[in-house]
Amino acid sequence: MKLAAQKLAYGYPERRIGNDVTFELHAGEVLCLLGPNGSGKTTLFKTLLGLLPVQGGTVMLDGQDLCTLQRDEIARLVSYVPQAHGAFFPYTVREVVLMGRTAHLGLFAAPSARDHGAALDAIRRMGIAHLADATYTRISGGERQLVLIARALAQEARMVVMDEPTANLDFGNQVRVLERIRALSADGIGVLLSTHDPDHAFLCADRVAMLHNGGLLACGVPDDVMTAAQLQHLYGVDVVVTEVALGQSKRRVCLPLGMRA
Amino acid sequence: MPHFFVSETSANRYSLIIAAAAMALCGVVVAAFATGRYPVLLSDLLRILWSWVGGTPHGLDSTLETVVLQIRGPRVIAAVLVGAALAAAGAAYQNLFRNPLVSPDILGVSAGAAVGAILGIFLSLGVVAIQSMAFAGGLAAVGMVYVVARAVRGHDPLLVLVLAGVVLGALLGACVALMKYLADPYNQLPAITYWLLGSLASTDSRDMWVAAPLLLVGLLPLWMLRWRINVLSLDDEEARSLGVSAGRIRLVVIVAATLMTSAAVAISGVIGWIGLVIPHFARLLTGPDFSKLLPVSVLLGAGFLVAVDTLARTMANIEVPLGVLTAFVGTPLFLWQLATARRGWQ
Repeated sequence: MKLAAQKLAYGYPERRIGNDVTFELHAGEVLCLLGPNGSGKTTLFKTLLGLLPVQGGTVMLDGQDLCTLQRDEIARLVSYVPQAHGAFFPYTVREVVLMGRTAHLGLFAAPSARDHGAALDAIRRMGIAHLADATYTRISGGERQLVLIARALAQEARMVVMDEPTANLDFGNQVRVLERIRALSADGIGVLLSTHDPDHAFLCADRVAMLHNGGLLACGVPDDVMTAAQLQHLYGVDVVVTEVALGQSKRRVCLPLGMRA
Repeated sequence: MPHFFVSETSANRYSLIIAAAAMALCGVVVAAFATGRYPVLLSDLLRILWSWVGGTPHGLDSTLETVVLQIRGPRVIAAVLVGAALAAAGAAYQNLFRNPLVSPDILGVSAGAAVGAILGIFLSLGVVAIQSMAFAGGLAAVGMVYVVARAVRGHDPLLVLVLAGVVLGALLGACVALMKYLADPYNQLPAITYWLLGSLASTDSRDMWVAAPLLLVGLLPLWMLRWRINVLSLDDEEARSLGVSAGRIRLVVIVAATLMTSAAVAISGVIGWIGLVIPHFARLLTGPDFSKLLPVSVLLGAGFLVAVDTLARTMANIEVPLGVLTAFVGTPLFLWQLATARRGWQ
């Protein structure tokens, strides 16, 4: 199972945003997409999910062309975690997660006991069982993000696309969400996520893709791709990438340099 | 397998609400028969109905039979059907447009029906023709709104739909004003005003045989698509990413709701507030899940209109227009909800 973009052009008919994007995401792998504001990360994601029409090239999902798939077929192969948001009506967390089962339900069906079970299972996997009967509109942003990931899990797709899952979260919640994402990939799910923090890529990514001026600047293993020079080119600020010793192991971190007095 | 993971208390609570709403509806219907110049007691009502079904004599005054079968019966059934239809359409639209302040005539169905009916009165047509024109007018108005909204591309489809509905509704309102201005002030204007204020006084059993199937045909898809309608209350792109063909389901819901509202408006005239207040009230009881919201809205809408219509025909020597009374009852109810239940939405 893989998600493959081949020479993909995306954007809108009157305004092309990106061109010639080629990459693959395999099940069980975390691919982190970095790019400055306005580089088209969300537009790329929506194109990969079939929410926006492909402007050129192809997207292959499990060996099938995205353009030939029905909405529910796409939803069974790849799920989407949008940025945590408000809801229009006060659904319970359980009901929100249950909506992830829709692609497995017949057109006229309502969720069965099995679907309720799958939803509760997903809620437990995200560690938010205590919130199951809480009202979605009244929980915190970090909790909502976990609920939306649980909904994607209930969808039982092998691929998950997450749009800035750590945006608007406090430091602790960011780390918690990244840990859940690692756990998902250990369960064999392929995760494509975008983030504004290069350290998040060092923390959780198997591979990193950098989106710059509507094209892929680089794509590869974090240690190879995320050099100070590349990150400077990507974001336009001076950075240093250094190693920090953590007991026996080492970890790379990225620090901005521009703030010196 | 036991449903241990489906919250027991919420399922129990829902059964309780449904039972209470159904009992309230039955109570209001019985009270409606018992109220008026010829009060019909429950025992007499049951005897007359039994003899009507079985064809056996009931041994009661024939006036009473006429009251039940010819006058009050059709009117009560009309109130049940119209109230249920407006509340169901309102509940569906509030989910569809992700806004609890939306009523079934947001896409111009009432305005279109009004133009149709008033044109019929203006041309001095018969009752059946006027009703047919009202029905057709409602469908045509929403059809036009939908086509216009489809033609405008590159915007949020929902927003364009609402805007087109508001703009076209205003245009149709101007048409109504023009026809009122030109109408004969002695014959036609009172009839037009009467129709615009809404009334069930002139409904007969023949109306029921036409309207009831249309209302059921509209209600059925709403019930069958209840889960998709839930998902549709999310963002459009989110709903699509969950596997719902948002545009197609939306069209089906609009057609179903328009069919019901048009049929209701055609027999009752314009009755506001029910489609706005009742689903809102029902949501406070059941929560937003459409599979619970729809049945409770239907029961409450039916009960509310039967109660208000009973008031309308008995509280004064003349009929009080329904549209006026629903507003008088609905406005304080709505303000009270707004003040006490702000947490209902964001």
